[in-house]
Amino acid sequence: MHLDFDINLDAISKIEGHAALSLKVRNDEVLDVQFQITEQKRFYSQAVRGKSALNVAQLVSRICGTCSIAHLSCCLEAVENALKIEPTQQTKLLRKLTTYGMYIRDHAMHLYMFSLPDVLRKDSILEIAETSPELVEQCFKIKAAGNNLSKLIAGKAIHATYPEIGGHAQIPDKEAVKKSIAELKSAREEIFDMMQIYHESDFKFERETRYVCTNNDDFSYTGDEIISSTGTPVPKSHYLWHLQRVILPYSTSTGFQFRGKEFMVGSLARMNLKKNSLHKDTKRDASSYIAEFPSKDVYKNNLAQAIETLHSIDHSIELLETTDFRPETPIAPTIKDGIGVAAIEAPRGTLYYHVEIGDLKVKEVDLVIPTAQNQVNIGFDIKQLVETNLHLPKPELEFEIEKLIRAYDPCMSCATHFLKVKWL
Amino acid sequence: MFPTCILMAKKLSLGIFSFSCCEDSSIVLVEMMNDHWKDWAKLIDFKYARILQTKNTLGEMDVAIIEGAIAHEKDRQKVLEIRKLAKKVVAIGSCACVGLPAGQRNLFNEETKKEIQFIIDKFGMMEKVESIPQIIHVDDMVVGCPMDEAKFLEVLNKYLVEFEVVPKP
Repeated sequence: MHLDFDINLDAISKIEGHAALSLKVRNDEVLDVQFQITEQKRFYSQAVRGKSALNVAQLVSRICGTCSIAHLSCCLEAVENALKIEPTQQTKLLRKLTTYGMYIRDHAMHLYMFSLPDVLRKDSILEIAETSPELVEQCFKIKAAGNNLSKLIAGKAIHATYPEIGGHAQIPDKEAVKKSIAELKSAREEIFDMMQIYHESDFKFERETRYVCTNNDDFSYTGDEIISSTGTPVPKSHYLWHLQRVILPYSTSTGFQFRGKEFMVGSLARMNLKKNSLHKDTKRDASSYIAEFPSKDVYKNNLAQAIETLHSIDHSIELLETTDFRPETPIAPTIKDGIGVAAIEAPRGTLYYHVEIGDLKVKEVDLVIPTAQNQVNIGFDIKQLVETNLHLPKPELEFEIEKLIRAYDPCMSCATHFLKVKWL
Repeated sequence: MFPTCILMAKKLSLGIFSFSCCEDSSIVLVEMMNDHWKDWAKLIDFKYARILQTKNTLGEMDVAIIEGAIAHEKDRQKVLEIRKLAKKVVAIGSCACVGLPAGQRNLFNEETKKEIQFIIDKFGMMEKVESIPQIIHVDDMVVGCPMDEAKFLEVLNKYLVEFEVVPKP
């Protein structure tokens, strides 16, 4: 007997923002898979025009709550690039720490609150508390360490206030740094349980795809070139030559292809492409987990996030222990016009900003969001998942679909706001 | 913080709803759980919280917490429904309380409005974005971008007492 049925998930849970999914199965064939980003557009691409180039980063920070530091950092770098400002080493270091705080908090939220309930067959972190309270304790301890690191270094964990054009408004207090180091060291002990859980998990979805990220020598958030599993590195300023927008008429976001094919960005891509640049302490203590990469298994994105959490803790501890922070005056711009590009690694993948400035006012901003880059890949994966699991009862199949989507850790708030296409 | 010995059997039934925004206040709420999750697990029955759980029930509740502005008629209808179901409604964050920055298109000049009109039409969005108080009566507002943590705790603790989940201090 041939199968005909529809699946409509109108509010996918335990992800950041709003997404839906619809697909049809007719005569055993999966048709019309629509992974829809259903966020209402907020038109930041238009709203930034005419705003002060020196303050626009604070506005684009509001594109996304959980990724706000990524938008802030990338926009600052693009504006500085346009205005030929080279920040000091201390400013760069403080931005690294700011970003590490976001990674620790954001990855822990995904690993424990969004994906772990799938592994343990629970509905939520609070249900996990009934049987495994120690895991919940770990979750909130690690998240707090990241949250507090961002507050210490950047003023706030969400919409940070200290990072600014040409500098950093405040340096951290020495006693508070000591406290943060202790908190990070304590959190470090906890993350190994999570690595073991995702190492042992029997979730598996292997597929061939392309992986893309930016490169650097210390696995921190910023790099000058784009690397991929398919070709030679290219300068980040050339990103528009390699990324093609894909119109998805059912979604409020456009998707992207990399050199004409679907691809994946994020923790799995980074671990597949540059695990050798992880912090030495991470490599020493998590070697058996790191050995799982490169991997074609989408669910290993979770393990990759756990390893990145450890790396973020280890590198932060080293930077905090070895740096004597001193007050610095921000570097003021000496020119008023320019075009700048920045690419950074946000927790969910590579984030690109292209900024055009005239008379210190923003003329145009264009950006490419990680989840929008993964959107085409997610759609293909769902199709393959359903094709190979047609025999499952519908509720089980729906669970499998949501589980796979959550493994990508998509962020819908980010994905919708810079749309330039016109539908026919 | 509430000592366990004074807890009563009843829980505060709570819904958390998100509309057009960056969900920064939801993230703040999740981060507040770092310090308060043990108390909240005992005192609060999360009836609807898409960011926390898959099994969500849109039914009667003591308190509805709403984040985000309203940009689509279907969301407007949902807010009206929430108002009917919730004894108290709390708006959190700037977008819910005053409609900005989610509703920044309301302030665009005519030329920019023309530029985005095809998207408004394509997705059936409302011509003007509205804050929550423009649509329904709101019992409390926690302003800020993101919301102010201390103020949110003050409001939550007020309702824990008002709905007799914990005794008056």
